[in-house]
Amino acid sequence: MSDILDAKFGDRIKAKFADGVVVEAGDLVEVMTYLRDAPDLKFEMLCDISGVDYLEIDPKKAAKAGYEPHLEVVYHLQSFQYKKRFTVKVMLPRQVEGGGLPAVPTLSGVFKIADWLERETFDLVGIDFTGHPNLQRILLSEDWEGHPLRKDYEFPLEYHGIRGR
Amino acid sequence: MLGLTDPTVIEFDVRTDEMLVNMGPQHPSTHGVLRLVLRTDGEIISEVTPHMGYLHRCAEKVGENVTPIQFIPYTDRMDYLAGMNMNLGYSLAVEKLCGMKVPEKADVIRVIICELNRVASHLVAMGTYGLDLGTFSPFLYAFREREMILDLLEEVCGARLTYSYITIGGVHDDLPAGWTDKCRKFIDYFRPRVAEYHTLLTTNHIFVKRTAGIGVMSKELALSHACSGPMLRGSLDKSKGDHAWDLRKIEPYCGYENYEFDAIIPPFDNKPDGSVIGDCWHRYFVRMLEVLESLKLVEQGLEKYRTAQGSHRIEPPRHLHPGEAYVETECPRGAMGFYVVGRPGKEPVPLRVRAKSSCFNNLSVTDAICRGCLIADIPAIVGSIDIVMGEIDR
Repeated sequence: MSDILDAKFGDRIKAKFADGVVVEAGDLVEVMTYLRDAPDLKFEMLCDISGVDYLEIDPKKAAKAGYEPHLEVVYHLQSFQYKKRFTVKVMLPRQVEGGGLPAVPTLSGVFKIADWLERETFDLVGIDFTGHPNLQRILLSEDWEGHPLRKDYEFPLEYHGIRGR
Repeated sequence: MLGLTDPTVIEFDVRTDEMLVNMGPQHPSTHGVLRLVLRTDGEIISEVTPHMGYLHRCAEKVGENVTPIQFIPYTDRMDYLAGMNMNLGYSLAVEKLCGMKVPEKADVIRVIICELNRVASHLVAMGTYGLDLGTFSPFLYAFREREMILDLLEEVCGARLTYSYITIGGVHDDLPAGWTDKCRKFIDYFRPRVAEYHTLLTTNHIFVKRTAGIGVMSKELALSHACSGPMLRGSLDKSKGDHAWDLRKIEPYCGYENYEFDAIIPPFDNKPDGSVIGDCWHRYFVRMLEVLESLKLVEQGLEKYRTAQGSHRIEPPRHLHPGEAYVETECPRGAMGFYVVGRPGKEPVPLRVRAKSSCFNNLSVTDAICRGCLIADIPAIVGSIDIVMGEIDR
C-alpha cells in the first residue's frame, strides 16, 4: 500500500514503516483524501486519531531515550472493502516559536468523525488543528488549563476551590 | 406592555421560537451522565449538541504511569457493562507489542467469557431500551437472566462487574470445576427466553411505532463517522453486497476463525411495516440476534475447552518492547481500539496508552440523525446507540 502512495506522492512521503507512512503536515489532507478515494485503497474509515508526546522528563533517561523530543499525530485508517488497516503519522515539534500549539490541518472536511477526534486530541494532547470548525475542549471543562497528556503537564493543585491533592 | 394588558394579543403573538432545551446530565434516559443541548423549534429538533466529560478520569494518563498489569483494572471501569471485553482489548494490544502467543486454552476461555459478557451487555441494552420507551417489564426479565450470567462470572473471578479476569498472557485463573456444566445448563435455560423477549418487546406495537423508521442512518454516514458494532451493522444491507463488518470475522483474534457463527446484518424477513434499514429498530434487532450467535460461540467454546491444550496463562514479560501496537476488538458496543506505545530500553511502563472508544465515535453521529425528529424521539435514538459514558469519557 505504501508503494501505491509512493508512486503518487514520491518524495513527499517522508518515511515508510509496516503498513504506514509519515507525511508532512502540509500534505496531510491531500494524502488522506487520496487514501479515502483511490479505488485500490478505499480507506473509508478513520478509526482513531492519537497524539503521542515523545519526551523523557528524567534527564538521566533522556540521554538514552533514542529520540529527540517531538509530538506525533497518528491516524489509524481502515478499509471497508479490502479489510486492511493503514497508519499515517505526522511529526511535529513540541514547541512553536512565538508560543501557541503545534498545528496540523484539520481533516473534518474529509472524515466527519475527525471533528470529535481532533477536539479530543486538542483537549488532551494540545495540538492545534487549523481550520477546524469548532476547536473546543470536549472531555475537560472549558476553563481547564494545560493539556494532560503532555509529559511535562503539571497537575493543578486547585480547581474552583477543590483541592487537587 | 401590550401583551400583558390584553390577553388576546398574546394569543396572536404566539410564535414557535427557537428554544434551547437542556436534557441531562441527570436525565434517566440518557444512560449515564450525558448532557444533550437541543435546539428546538416547537417539537422539531434542529440541532443536538452532546456534552460529555462528566465521568472523565484521564485513564490514558494513568496508563502512562502504571505497568500494563496494573492498568487492567482501569480498563474494566471504561465500559463497565462489558469489562471482560475491555480487559481483552488491552491485553491483546500489549501481547501484540511484546510478540506473545497465548496458549490455546487461554484463548478458548477468553472467547467463552467474552461472549457471556456480550450476552449480559446486550441484555442490559435491551432492557434499558425498553425503559427508555416506557415499558418496564422487559427490563426485569433481562436483569433476571443477566443475574445468572453475573453469577457465572462471579464464580470464575470473584467479581460481578469489574472483573480484571482476562490479563496479559492469558486469563487469571482456570475455570472452576463443574463450571462448564453450569454454563451449559444456563444456555439451555436461556435460549427459549430470547423468543420470549421477542414477543414481549420486538413485536410490541408501541415499541415498533416508536422505533421503526426513526433515526435512520445511511451506510455512508456510518462509515464517515467511523461507527462500529451493531450501530454500523444495522445500516448495512446484505442484498446490496455489503459484507458483515464484524472484527471477529474480518480480523479474527483469539481463534474466532475456528468457530462457526454468523455476523448479523440486515435485511431481516420479519421486519415490521415502516421499518427501514438503518433505523432504531434494526440496531436493536441486530443486538438481539447477536445474543443467539454468542450463545452458539459459548457452546462451541465449552466443547473446545475439554480438549484445549496448554495452560490458562503464561508469564508476561517483565518489560515492554519498544515500538507500537494498535489492536481493535469487537466489543458489544463496537470496535474498541487500544494503541500502546512502548518506551525504548527496558521499561515496564508504556510511553502512551490510547483507548479509542467505540461509543465516542457512535455518539458523534447523534446530531446528524436527530435533526428533524421530535423531542420524544431523542430517547429512542440515543438509547439505540447504546452508549456507556464510562467508555466515552474514560
